Amino acid sequence: MASTAPTRKAMTGKAVTRAPRDTAHEGFLGHRRGRWAKVAGTISIVALLAYLLTDATPRPNGGTWLGYTLGSIGAGMIVWLSLLGVRKRVIGSKPFSLKGWTSAHVYLGLSLIVIGTLHTGFQLGWNVHTLAWALMMIVILSGLWGISLYATLPEKLSANRGEVTQQQMLEAVRTLDRQLDLAAQPLGADDAALVRMSLEECRIAGSLGQRLSGNYHRDGNARALAAIGDKVMAAMRSGRADERLQQIQFLLERKEAALAQARRHIAMKARLELWLYVHVPVTIALLAALFAHVLSVFLYW
Amino acid sequence: MTAYRIAIVGSGPAGLSAAAHAARLGLSHVLIEKTDHLSDTIYKYQKGKHVMATPSQLVLRSPLDFEAGKREVVLGTWNDQTAAAGVNVKHHAEVKSIVGTGPAIDGSVMKIVTRKRDGSSETRELQRHAPPYRLTLTNGEEIIADTVILAIGTQGNPNLMTCPGGNLPHVQYQLDDPTEYTDEHIFVIGGGDAGIENALGLCADPAQNNSVTLVNRSADFATAKDANVKALLAARDAGRISIMTETTTKAIEPGFITLDTRDGEVRARCDRIIARMGSAPPRGFVEGCGIEFASSDRLAFPKLSATFESTAPGIYVVGALAGYPLIKHCMNQGHDVVEFINGNLDLKPADEPILEAKFAGLPGGRSVADWLEYLRSNVSILQGMSALQMREFMLDSSVKRYAAGDVVFERNAPGSSLFGIADGQVLVEVNPTDPGITVPINAGTIFGEVGLISGRRRGATIRAGSDCILVEISRNAALKLMSQVPSAAREITRITTERSLLQIFKSGLAPADLVDVIAQAKVESIRAGQAIIKEGEAGDDIFIIRSGSMVVEKSIGGKPVFLSYVPAGSFVGEMAVIDGSLRSATVRAAVKSDVIRLAGESFRALLAAKPQLLDKLRGEMANRTRLNNYIESKKDSFSGVVDMYTGVANFLVDQGVGEATDVLLIDEKLCVGCDNCEKACADTHDGLSRLDREAGRTYAHLHVPTSCRHCEHPHCMADCPPNAIHRGPTGEVYIDDTCIGCGNCQRNCPYGVIRMDKVPPKKPWLLSWFLFGNGPGPGEPSHKWAKKADPAYAEKAKKAIKCDMCSGQDGGPACVRACPTGAAIRVSPEQFLSVALMGREGQ
Ligand SMILES: Cc1cc2nc3c(=O)[nH]c(=O)nc-3n(C[C@H](O)[C@H](O)[C@H](O)COP(=O)(O)OP(=O)(O)OC[C@H]3O[C@@H](n4cnc5c(N)ncnc54)[C@H](O)[C@@H]3O)c2cc1C
Ligand code: HEM
Ligand code: SF4
Ligand code: SF4
Ligand code: SF4
Repeated sequence: MASTAPTRKAMTGKAVTRAPRDTAHEGFLGHRRGRWAKVAGTISIVALLAYLLTDATPRPNGGTWLGYTLGSIGAGMIVWLSLLGVRKRVIGSKPFSLKGWTSAHVYLGLSLIVIGTLHTGFQLGWNVHTLAWALMMIVILSGLWGISLYATLPEKLSANRGEVTQQQMLEAVRTLDRQLDLAAQPLGADDAALVRMSLEECRIAGSLGQRLSGNYHRDGNARALAAIGDKVMAAMRSGRADERLQQIQFLLERKEAALAQARRHIAMKARLELWLYVHVPVTIALLAALFAHVLSVFLYW
Repeated sequence: MTAYRIAIVGSGPAGLSAAAHAARLGLSHVLIEKTDHLSDTIYKYQKGKHVMATPSQLVLRSPLDFEAGKREVVLGTWNDQTAAAGVNVKHHAEVKSIVGTGPAIDGSVMKIVTRKRDGSSETRELQRHAPPYRLTLTNGEEIIADTVILAIGTQGNPNLMTCPGGNLPHVQYQLDDPTEYTDEHIFVIGGGDAGIENALGLCADPAQNNSVTLVNRSADFATAKDANVKALLAARDAGRISIMTETTTKAIEPGFITLDTRDGEVRARCDRIIARMGSAPPRGFVEGCGIEFASSDRLAFPKLSATFESTAPGIYVVGALAGYPLIKHCMNQGHDVVEFINGNLDLKPADEPILEAKFAGLPGGRSVADWLEYLRSNVSILQGMSALQMREFMLDSSVKRYAAGDVVFERNAPGSSLFGIADGQVLVEVNPTDPGITVPINAGTIFGEVGLISGRRRGATIRAGSDCILVEISRNAALKLMSQVPSAAREITRITTERSLLQIFKSGLAPADLVDVIAQAKVESIRAGQAIIKEGEAGDDIFIIRSGSMVVEKSIGGKPVFLSYVPAGSFVGEMAVIDGSLRSATVRAAVKSDVIRLAGESFRALLAAKPQLLDKLRGEMANRTRLNNYIESKKDSFSGVVDMYTGVANFLVDQGVGEATDVLLIDEKLCVGCDNCEKACADTHDGLSRLDREAGRTYAHLHVPTSCRHCEHPHCMADCPPNAIHRGPTGEVYIDDTCIGCGNCQRNCPYGVIRMDKVPPKKPWLLSWFLFGNGPGPGEPSHKWAKKADPAYAEKAKKAIKCDMCSGQDGGPACVRACPTGAAIRVSPEQFLSVALMGREGQ
């Protein structure tokens, strides 16, 4: 084949070593054999010991030297933890591991329970300082919620989808709709109206209420299936099985199954993100409160 | 009948250009085309396809214009200019034979070997006759010409129905518009992609009311794309189509078809038959004209002189059939061949400047022709080549001078090219810890062949021992060389066998020690799944895996248990030679592989003479025994874990991971479906993601997404007209920007990882998205956005897009770096398929 060999990446005679990469098959919680758990644990224990061993007068609070130290570390950590949102989106070509970042994020975030709380000296009240602490705790608790979801849901998500992609799930419902439409052509007006109910009054994801409750009994397809099912039964009892209706029932059942799979999929994916709708906005509120807290401390000093 | 001076067969870019030039020179000519339009191959491109004009440095010599642009424009220009030039075109004329009408040429007898399905072959002799030639058309018409230019391309003819009635008018071999037919009983014959796509097209709209049946000879649809098979089965489940497998056509009559099924004969109503049974390459027809091919290899091209003349005097071959698939080359050759026929033998080929540039940096100041001759006569494997082959070969290769001491390549560098030593000597550093210990390789021979054969990394550093001149032969050029020149193939095989033995066994062996072993060594090709060693059987041959890979299994408690994965460049079967025992495990090919079988007897003699080698093998054997025992002991206590290990390993092997060098895996116990991997890939690669996370197969929550595996021997490289696919210096398979967007690689990749798409415009800065919502945000932008952001986007050409393993990025694969949970990893199969896997699955 006659073309000139390209000049890009021509052999230079030197072994070009491959960029080093992380090939370890371990999740973020166990990243580097729990390196960040150890770091965070050590920080927490040191902070706790320092708190117990120093004799703060008149009583421990944010104003002592230890209080300042813990406060600065805590504030620095909060800002750093928030930067995960940026790290996640700016990829570039330089080495970093988002898994390592997440690992550190989780464990250092948890150590904030100790650091932040000790920083308060357990002096909580109705003020901007306590607001910052409370917001921090909400972020952390929502983080724990997230971790519990990250630990349990992926396996179920994977089992539910098998080898089917989300796109294919939606496509399957659409294909069944086309088949239903076709099969309904020879039906009488009453029966055709039931099929139309499945076609027109059925939303895959459903309304907000349906999504939250996971209850889709009032959905068009479920109602159509129930009604057609009754008719098929009635026909059978009277000894005149109606093949066309049975075909419709079969298709509606398949659609119900396809809908159920798609809905489970969407619901789980939503839950994997839902907690972030607490975690992230509260983080922003926290950053604001933290700023106010620091500012007021310096103003009243 | 008057004789034409030139008959040109085929009106592709090559034939058309030749005809236009002949017309311009006023030579009597005829252009014979089997269809009703010009240039059928290009005519059949998808509507609106952007035709590319590579290589850009090549000047166009044709009387016809050609520049990159839409298919319609290119064809339109040619139609106009052909008419204006006064070309004598004969449409609807398919040439079925070309025979000399002159006296028999003494001693010019050609042997034609035809191979049959069952492996047997038949040899026929053909006496060549001198020109003028008689060209017989399928309609019986005859044309006489002094010289013939064969420019029929490589598309070939569709395979025909051979059963009685196969020539009836309602049997057709193409389906242009499936919406044309209504209320018919249609049978589509053939379960490949073409047949399935046609059948689906015919039943897509129920309003057409066709009753469509797809007939397939085998039980499954092995040659078709997965997506097509799925769509076909879905259509069957929906009752839109019938499928008959393990069925062949017995007879056709107007209105009916008779089929042979597994359960006997079936006669059914049938108004139309669409036969899509693949196409036969034009080789049979070409050989029938007395034109010899370089070898029996499927990839071989006709033997040609420097003026494109074939072994049949007066028949010239140009274009894709001559081995030059790019339109520009085809057009230039069309021009050149007419010049040659017209007596202008001094004409320099159009690629002369390109070759001049290749030789420019070398000492000696030779002309291109002298350099080609110099290389041909000095490098032994090139000696069987013609001047024309050397030219073409050089376009894909490079030649360089190295000063004494220069490093040619380093140990562990990936590389699949072969080097020939035209002058001087190189030194192989056989001991990685001591560069001082070297073995010389002398002028005339080759090195670097291991990378060529196995696609794995270089085994040793090689330096120039004296000032030397080396030809670097790209993998494609080397494969072509091996198919064109059988003696070169044999020589390369011999050298690779010897070298791989030396490299694998090391232990102070010299070539002289191996003479007996090599004399009895055999290269064997092993089908995927075929066993080379069976547990419990006697046998003491040793196998070296030359390409492909093997899995080792042992039956424990009646079930086969996976023991290990053996990549190319390793050996198996040493235990029996050492201790004379029966085979302790089964070794079978994970993918189609080549092995070198070394006779146990000759190998034992070698072991007796070389105690060091025996020690080395004993060490290897101890390692393997330890592994086997470990797994066996686990099997007793944790049988579930071992079953899982075997299951995962078998799954990965079934997914073709055995031919991968680097594969993306996703642990779905960790993946939260955030698609950050895809977004990262797009953001680091022109805004186009090279992986599809959700698609692909899954077993026990281990998912193999659709992403390039950087195959040991990439299928995608097989048929790329501009040769744009390469293996880069860190082992990645990448496509460079000479891609013409023909889609061949996409069709050839069995894993469906290549897509055709166009580069979207640049996105606004991330911060402005973050703060003001400008642009589409991280990840691949939608086509809709791209169209809005750049008015020129719609007109851009689609090119092949695939993973480049993030080469050149310091951080390595972005998809892996960007995964927040550690679900995504990119590994080599031997890294992953180790016992460590068992520990993980045990958790
Ligand atoms: C999808 C696709 C996209 C491509 N894109 C590009 C691109 O962008 N740029 C590029 O440079 N190359 C491209 N190529 C490659 C290029 O199109 C071909 O290699 C080129 O057309 C070959 O030219 P040819 O003249 O040798 O033969 P062809 O173009 O194949 O023409 C052969 C002609 O001979 C006729 N014929 C065959 N047998 C007979 C017979 N027995 N009697 C009479 N007539 C006969 C055929 O009908 C046909 O018209 C692409 C190829 C494909 C498949
Ligand atoms: C005050 C402390 C914390 C702050 C300010 C904080 C802030 C953030 C921010 C800004 C993100 C980025 C979200 C996004 O852009 O998608 C994030 C993600 C995340 N946080 Fe926190 N976080 C804190 C504590 C924690 C804790 C304690 C945990 C766990 C126990 C946790 C778990 C996570 C996880 C799992 C993610 C998602 C990672 C991903 O999917 O990319 N966070 N956090
Ligand atoms: S594109 Fe396909 S054939 Fe080519 S290397 Fe990748 S997986 Fe292999
Ligand atoms: S390795 Fe790089 S190019 Fe390949 S899929 Fe991953 S991010 Fe994309
Ligand atoms: S980045 Fe990781 S967790 Fe997210 S979709 Fe990709 S593999 Fe799954």
